[in-house]
Amino acid sequence: MLLLVEQLLNGLQFGLLLFLLAAGLTLVFGIMDFVNLAHGSLYMMGAYFASTFAAWTGSFIIGVALALGATLLLGIVLEFVALRHLYGRDHLDHVLATFGLILFFNDAVRLIWGPAGLALPLPTWLTVPVQIVPGLFYPSYRLAIIVVSLFVAAMLYLVVMRTRIGMLIRAGASNREMIGALGINIKLLFTLVFGLGAALAGLAGLMQAPILTVQIGMGENILILAFVIIVIGGIGSIRGAFLAAIFVGMIDTLGRAYAPDLLRHILSPAAASTAAPALSSMLIYLLMAIVLVVRPEGLFPASKR
Amino acid sequence: MRSAYWLAGAAMLALAQPAAAGDTIKIGFVSTFSGPTAVIGNDMRNSFELALDHMGRKMAGKPVEVIYEDDTFKPDVGKQKTQKLIESDHVDFIAGYIWSNVLLASLKPIVDSKTMLVIANAGPSQVAGELCSPYVFSTSWQNDQTPAAVGEYMNQKNVKSAFLIGPNYAAGKDMLAGVKSTFKGEIKGEEYTVWPSQLDFSAELSKARASGAESIFVFYPGAAGVQFLNQYTQAGLKGKMPLYTAFTIDETTLPLQKDNAIGVPGAQQWVNDLPNDANKKFVSDFRAKYKHGPSFYGAQSYDAAQLINSAVVAVKGDTSKKEEMRKAMEKADFKSVRGSFKFGNNHFPIQNFYLQDVVKGADGQLGLKTVATIVKDSQDRFHDKCPMK
Repeated sequence: MLLLVEQLLNGLQFGLLLFLLAAGLTLVFGIMDFVNLAHGSLYMMGAYFASTFAAWTGSFIIGVALALGATLLLGIVLEFVALRHLYGRDHLDHVLATFGLILFFNDAVRLIWGPAGLALPLPTWLTVPVQIVPGLFYPSYRLAIIVVSLFVAAMLYLVVMRTRIGMLIRAGASNREMIGALGINIKLLFTLVFGLGAALAGLAGLMQAPILTVQIGMGENILILAFVIIVIGGIGSIRGAFLAAIFVGMIDTLGRAYAPDLLRHILSPAAASTAAPALSSMLIYLLMAIVLVVRPEGLFPASKR
Repeated sequence: MRSAYWLAGAAMLALAQPAAAGDTIKIGFVSTFSGPTAVIGNDMRNSFELALDHMGRKMAGKPVEVIYEDDTFKPDVGKQKTQKLIESDHVDFIAGYIWSNVLLASLKPIVDSKTMLVIANAGPSQVAGELCSPYVFSTSWQNDQTPAAVGEYMNQKNVKSAFLIGPNYAAGKDMLAGVKSTFKGEIKGEEYTVWPSQLDFSAELSKARASGAESIFVFYPGAAGVQFLNQYTQAGLKGKMPLYTAFTIDETTLPLQKDNAIGVPGAQQWVNDLPNDANKKFVSDFRAKYKHGPSFYGAQSYDAAQLINSAVVAVKGDTSKKEEMRKAMEKADFKSVRGSFKFGNNHFPIQNFYLQDVVKGADGQLGLKTVATIVKDSQDRFHDKCPMK
């Protein structure tokens, strides 16, 4: 029972982290109609910035704060210098240009930081596990990720649903041309949305950094999951991204945790241990395929007319 | 149009040049030189280059040309690069290979073309057993040997039960089988993770903790070892469930693992402080040239260059004499940095395995140190399956 709770927490933590990445992606895709494959590079840059700043300042918290600002700035500069010229173009052009950006960022990182990767050590108070209920110890850092991500999700919800900017963002997701025609400075809105998306990706990257390592191409595998999430959740929908991310995180973690044991009932132990990792990594894509067949718009599509 | 024919004709002539007529010894070296695991590939290349420096960059008086190819960590790319080395570069020797799955994918073109292969790391059980070949040698180990030594050490420490975790590919399966072949305690569970994409081991660590096992054994080479140690420490398991490792902590990962690696034992056939002259020269010259210490990947690559040299010297540079080269190589007649060793019938080393530990040096830097000899003259479990006698 305790193990199940622990695995559910693991799934929740992974899901929330995926949400931070997917939220930026779905905003940019839904509102700006822009396919940004380089979103994973911003995730990577967040981690590299945090690791560098934390080493310079000697403080994890200051390093993280500076890195967030730096990724936000990087996103805005990127939008201003490169991406803004691509908005009117075809999706294929977006894919080509942002794929180029992935290569650019990977090699830039190799030039600046070298191929070996970096570490982002945690302060000691985040390395000790905490006892949640008697007998259930959980890593305090993973718990911190859950708290921070939930807070960011709540803030995002408030900003999008309760503020004027949020209203414009929602309007942009529903009908881009119309809000431009109404005299809203759509260019500024786009820059802002892209910067926000970049900061969220950077946050996901730097929070993942102490668990994994900071390395070149770290954003590429996880970006695929983020795309799966926005397809399942409905493109442009923050709420959809949130629920889909939790769903995907749970399926991934619980699949890894329980698929081998379940398979051992039907297969030989050797065959089960070979098939289980393959099967559990397929589950998410199966889910996406089912959603695409049943509801091609995604589970919670942003309202469109 | 006419010039096109001319060009085509010239190209045909260039291709038709027989390889053996060249006055250079051509070696193809396949490893990973891009992505995070480039650290390992670079260590291997640096050590191979150092070995060539020590030979005056000549073997039996002939200049040596090395063509380094990047397998990008992928079996299909490794196979293509191997084929390119054989078919268009006509190399005399192929060396390298970090990853068992890359080696298994690349093996057939090498064996079919009877190109001499010196494996400098990967040791899949198949290549030591039924897929063994007269033209394939290893200067590393068979995958099971190192974890089998760890299993012996766990017996010595009187470990009663263990939970095993490793990646789901050729080497991961060999490693867990290896530790199971010697460990006498109870196996409370074993988990395979998706390789190389899975980097979060939270589900596996939770299961390990819940299993009630006394200890954990893992095999996570390269960056995955850094990630595993991070998460193992953060889960608070350090000190509660002691960790035993194979190929998880080495000089390429220590700069990132830092204090997480302290007190985590591993086994290895080579450690930087082995007290033989060849090793002292290798380690000190490596440090002087590259400003940091070599890893076991490098030591095996250094030995690979020496083994190739011993073959070339034996045939006085005539690399078409493959049978003679094979016989010379079977003698392992060179000063290995791990100390002297013999080849088994399957051309895998019969060698000692040492217990290594992480220690803080006088300069505050973390390094690896030999603590004890776990097994002497270990031979892999698969040599009986190899038809060569």
